[in-house]
Amino acid sequence: MKPLIDNFPDLLKSALLTLELTIFSILIGLLIGLIFSLMRISKIKILYFFSYYYSFVFRGTPLFVQIFIIYFGLAQLEFIRDSILWAVLKKPYWCAIIAFALNTGAYTSEIFRSGFEKIDKNLVEAANSLGLSNLKTFLTITLPIAIKRSLPAYGNEMILMLKGTSLASTVTLLDLTGTAKYIISTHFNPVEVFIFVGSIYLFFTFLIHTFIKYLERKFRYY
Amino acid sequence: MELLSFGDTGWGDELFKATFMTILVALVAFFFGFLISIFIVPLKLSNKKLLNYLGNTYTTIFRGVPELLVIYLLFFGGSSAVMFVAKIFGYKEFIEINAFLTGSISIGLISGAYTTEVLRGAIESINKGQFEGAKSLGLKKTTYYVFVIAPQVLRLSIPNLSNVWQLTLKDTALISVTGLVEIMRQSYIASGVTRNPLLFYSFAAFLYLILTTISLKYFNQLEKKYNHQP
Repeated sequence: MKPLIDNFPDLLKSALLTLELTIFSILIGLLIGLIFSLMRISKIKILYFFSYYYSFVFRGTPLFVQIFIIYFGLAQLEFIRDSILWAVLKKPYWCAIIAFALNTGAYTSEIFRSGFEKIDKNLVEAANSLGLSNLKTFLTITLPIAIKRSLPAYGNEMILMLKGTSLASTVTLLDLTGTAKYIISTHFNPVEVFIFVGSIYLFFTFLIHTFIKYLERKFRYY
Repeated sequence: MELLSFGDTGWGDELFKATFMTILVALVAFFFGFLISIFIVPLKLSNKKLLNYLGNTYTTIFRGVPELLVIYLLFFGGSSAVMFVAKIFGYKEFIEINAFLTGSISIGLISGAYTTEVLRGAIESINKGQFEGAKSLGLKKTTYYVFVIAPQVLRLSIPNLSNVWQLTLKDTALISVTGLVEIMRQSYIASGVTRNPLLFYSFAAFLYLILTTISLKYFNQLEKKYNHQP
């Protein structure tokens, strides 16, 4: 137990980093997901194809490869090193968040797309016949219902993202998994660390689960 | 392009071999996970609270804890666990389990947790009449589970098993941290030598994309083939 107690401040700090990475990537990913799901249901061919291939590529390759391409790969390009982007891309922290957000954005766009597609056409027609404009119909009818129906699947995606942030440790960040690996390789106590750090992750999973259940209850209106 | 050619000058043949390693690890892990789930699903469906509890603990842990952490547990803890068992039998030398075994076991444990949930869901969605019908024919429990329920469960769970397979295939990239030379590790080595990470990691992404696309096609065919209503 001693190594865990000695490293407790570090573990606390890394737990906060994991939370931070998760929240940032989920929020940015949510925005990306919404935009791409709208592109996916739009009638403009080029938007549709762009969104389709974006989600195809990011869901078809491991997050591990994506984060390495962004962190190690992009640094190789001269014009990126000369541009303003370099200020962001040279920091592993931002590279990790960019990779996570793009990844979860792809999955989120698929979740919302199926939410939009499952909406009863009669609802939209009824709204139109009541004289609501297309924008108003979308904002007050289609979007809330689609989001509500997507909640359970989106909760799973949030948990997957939480687990995904462990990959930040591969680009030198000391998140929970990174610190866990450090403690294991210096004190050689894998089981102890696994139980302790694993419980923290399970606790976070439980928080997400409770949050989603709360939202589902709150949006139950028909 | 020369860097990706086959032979001594390029990394093509190495990456080709690494791709097979990825496929092999993914297959071993997936079937190992399937094997585990066959033992865990009955626990989750059992009426006994304790067995239920055991099954739930397994699926909760391996679906809620990051894959990397599980890999580190087995990578650092695996050989000492094996040595502990070996010591009981009087063997005192250092034993190192290889990266292939560590990798496929850890990914298999994770894959097994997801497969368990898929199979449990499929069994629960089967019409109760099937169970009652089989029972009334006087079939023993094991007999009707194997010959009546299992085929239907497999058919129903093809789409979800396809998802688990994709997840497993992508998780194998993480095994590279143990040093097993699969696609990711080989790209890491190649980009270290040639100082061209962008090319090799992009090519790795391309290889994974091919693997996931082909397997998705295959699973879709399988689904179409068995999707007949009696």
